[in-house]
Amino acid sequence: HELWEAVLPLIVLLCGGGQLKDDFQEELVIRPLHSGDIYASFHFRTLWETDFMKGNKVSHYRLFPKSLGQVISKFSVRELHISFTQGYWRTMQWGQPYLPSPPGAELWVWFQDTVTDVDATWKELTNVLSGIFCASLNFIDSTNTVQPSASFKPLGIANVTDHRFLRYATLPREIVCTENLTPWKKLLPCGSKAGLAVLLKSEKLFHSSFHSQAVHIRPMCQDSQCKTPSWELRQTLNVVFDLHTSGQGKQEWSLFKMFSRTLTEACPLASSSKIYIDITDNPQVGEQFELIPATPLLRQAVVLGDRRTFSVYDLTQQVTFGTVRSLNLLIRWKSTEGHMLRPLLHAERYVAGYGLQTGEIHTLMYNNHPFRSFSVLLLDSVPWYLRLYIHTLTVTSKGKDNKPSYIHYQPSKDRIRPHLLEMLVQLPPHSVTEVTVQFERALLKWTEYTPDPNHGFYVGSSVISALVPSTVAMDTNNTQERTLFSSL
Amino acid sequence: MAAPLTLLLIVAVTIRAVLYRSSLAELIAERVEVVSPITAWKRVIEGLALLDLGVSPYSGDVFHETPLIIYLFHFLVDYAEITFMLADVITAVALYFAVRDYNKKVFRKQKFALEADRYPHDCLELIRRPKEMFYIPLKVAMFYLLNPFTILSCVAKSTCGLNNAVISLFILTTIKGNVLLSAVFLCLATYQSIYPLTLCAPAMLYLMQHQFIPVNFRRVSFWWFVTQYLFMFLGSLLVLTCLSFFLLGSWDYMSSVYGFILSVPDLTPNIGLFWYFFAEMFEHFRLFFLCVFQINVFFYTIPLSIKLKEHPVFLMFMQLAVISIFKSYPTVGDTALYLAFLPVWGHLHRFLRNIFLVSCVLLACSALFPVLWHLWIYAGSANSNFYYAITLLFNVAQILLVSDYFYAFLRREHHLTSGLYLKKKDGSEATLVLK
Repeated sequence: HELWEAVLPLIVLLCGGGQLKDDFQEELVIRPLHSGDIYASFHFRTLWETDFMKGNKVSHYRLFPKSLGQVISKFSVRELHISFTQGYWRTMQWGQPYLPSPPGAELWVWFQDTVTDVDATWKELTNVLSGIFCASLNFIDSTNTVQPSASFKPLGIANVTDHRFLRYATLPREIVCTENLTPWKKLLPCGSKAGLAVLLKSEKLFHSSFHSQAVHIRPMCQDSQCKTPSWELRQTLNVVFDLHTSGQGKQEWSLFKMFSRTLTEACPLASSSKIYIDITDNPQVGEQFELIPATPLLRQAVVLGDRRTFSVYDLTQQVTFGTVRSLNLLIRWKSTEGHMLRPLLHAERYVAGYGLQTGEIHTLMYNNHPFRSFSVLLLDSVPWYLRLYIHTLTVTSKGKDNKPSYIHYQPSKDRIRPHLLEMLVQLPPHSVTEVTVQFERALLKWTEYTPDPNHGFYVGSSVISALVPSTVAMDTNNTQERTLFSSL
Repeated sequence: MAAPLTLLLIVAVTIRAVLYRSSLAELIAERVEVVSPITAWKRVIEGLALLDLGVSPYSGDVFHETPLIIYLFHFLVDYAEITFMLADVITAVALYFAVRDYNKKVFRKQKFALEADRYPHDCLELIRRPKEMFYIPLKVAMFYLLNPFTILSCVAKSTCGLNNAVISLFILTTIKGNVLLSAVFLCLATYQSIYPLTLCAPAMLYLMQHQFIPVNFRRVSFWWFVTQYLFMFLGSLLVLTCLSFFLLGSWDYMSSVYGFILSVPDLTPNIGLFWYFFAEMFEHFRLFFLCVFQINVFFYTIPLSIKLKEHPVFLMFMQLAVISIFKSYPTVGDTALYLAFLPVWGHLHRFLRNIFLVSCVLLACSALFPVLWHLWIYAGSANSNFYYAITLLFNVAQILLVSDYFYAFLRREHHLTSGLYLKKKDGSEATLVLK
């Protein structure tokens, strides 16, 4: 009987807990940059074993936000990636970000193949997302939406990759502010009351050189059999604090200095809550900078093709908070030497020409690998009022003509759709490849100018998709134990 | 007359060749007064490049030429300069022969009228002499070939030159009296830009005059001729449209070419009246004003045909002028075509009233166009209003020129029937007013 009484609660627990198998993890990665700035990247992941498709109404939500769950089931979304960015990522000074994002708002969605009218669904989806995130995503219409033919392959599991179900749009003019941060924070299970989200205070976050918040939803496999899909919601927030504006010129960063808050507890709903500090440039403890309070936990991970070492602070352990019951990480620099590993691939884009009639768009792609060449897929979406002349397209590497092996060009239709240019370009090792195309401006009707037209017109960022060869082989084993920031 | 004509052709070709080889060629090819979205050479190259990429040239909004032009330049793209120079030469030669035949007819008609003593005695000074009429064809060819507008249009490789060549061949075949060829060339001209359709009326009037069919609505022979001509015209148009369909395999070109000309979506500035108006109007009224502007081009046919049914060649001149002033995307090449006809009516100079004003305004506007364009686009100190003001002035001057010639022509005809010195009923001097 005693055995039965002991087993019964266990059985109840198993039955009760087996209904909703969802899991929440949160991470903060802090990477000191060589220019003295500091890069903080928050990753929040909710993983839920459920099936939004197949008609079963999911109504009991726990950790997964209901608004996003309803969006997925109503619009038959397979993958959704939305990001809001303010500022420009300086690759040459800061290295590669964990997740690149263009300035402004960017949204790309893969729909399920059950959707009959993708354009109408897309329009409804953008309006609903506009309400959820308090952003003017309702300005996304056919004049800035494109259907890429080769870029933006699905990041989750996928059966079919018919590009008819893919839509991509950017709003380069969109600004990010507190109004967008608040609904974003509300999607987290603990909100901004506990855990790492406590640090997300807008008065400090927007006083930075770069701020990007994103939401990524994708279906995942739990194991190698992949019997039931599980849905992953990832929320990331990347911020770069400037040495002089936020750091007051002193190379000494702390959680309080960056976020004007300290940490007191982990989110109770989180299964794991950790802080990682990138100490790869500090191999001997205390040589370049020192961490206060020190931690014995170390972690190695392969991030962006590079093997990095991290100091780990586990917030689920009470010992991390010490006797004062609050954690204020302090990173103090001893010396300011060190060189940065040059990123293997980076790009620049600018507009040349003068006058209001014509111009030229230049895209430069740098391949800094000493001996390997690799291909990149360049996607350009240009608004219809800048009429591209594709016969003026030139691709040159090291002064010689470099013909792309695949070109997909969809010309624009006035006031209906933008230009879409996708090219597969082979970048020779240690070289600069320049892609130029001439355009001519159209005279707009007086109703088509944006407010404050003297500010100019924004052209969306081009997207480079590439498989960059790395010096470390990727680990393709079971991804359960991987850190969040290295597995997207 | 062969030698002076040949000399003129050589001089014209030399000027064009020299300009092609200079750095001015690229500059001229970008001027909005010389090229328009339907005639620009840059867009022809773009269309050919799109075809090479496997994309239909009509899927975007850059290319608005007809499929026959693509087909032609697919083979001739390396010889483009020679093609355009040849087009200009063909135009000049066709106009030369056309005007020569027309003058012969006019002189013969005048001779018969003199012998029948149908002119009042005091207007003998208005009678035209063979000596003055001898050099008119050469002057017409010269006016066309050495006109700076034509030279600019040719150096910019604007397909307007090809359109002019077809229209001048149409004029030649009409004046020669060949009904079938006249219908075919008119159809080619209409196929490329819709507006030469209005030249049907003067062509029919002239051919009926040539074949001595009286222009009377009650006569069967009149309707029979009209039916014949229209049948030939519409038949060739049908053949051309079907040929274009088979060339590219789709009907996309209809909305890209004809839909574009009629609905004016592209508001690139040019020397016409449409662009600024449609950039600044309320969307609600767009369709209404579009209809008004387009009907304006076609509307003048009917009253002018009724008034000038005895003088179809002058009617043709008036129609050409109306088309090139009021069409949706005019260029200076269109203006050059009707300006070439002015020597044919050189004998009207004593009745022209505004010729000094008109020529001054035309010269001033031609000089001001590039200045105000530069100020608007490059210096940033002007805006589209300035450029449109010059456009308006240019068009007003052209309208004044055409109406002045109309007045002078009608006045001369009136004098030829009722004497040079007009008297009112009470014997005092009267003046003629064009109402």
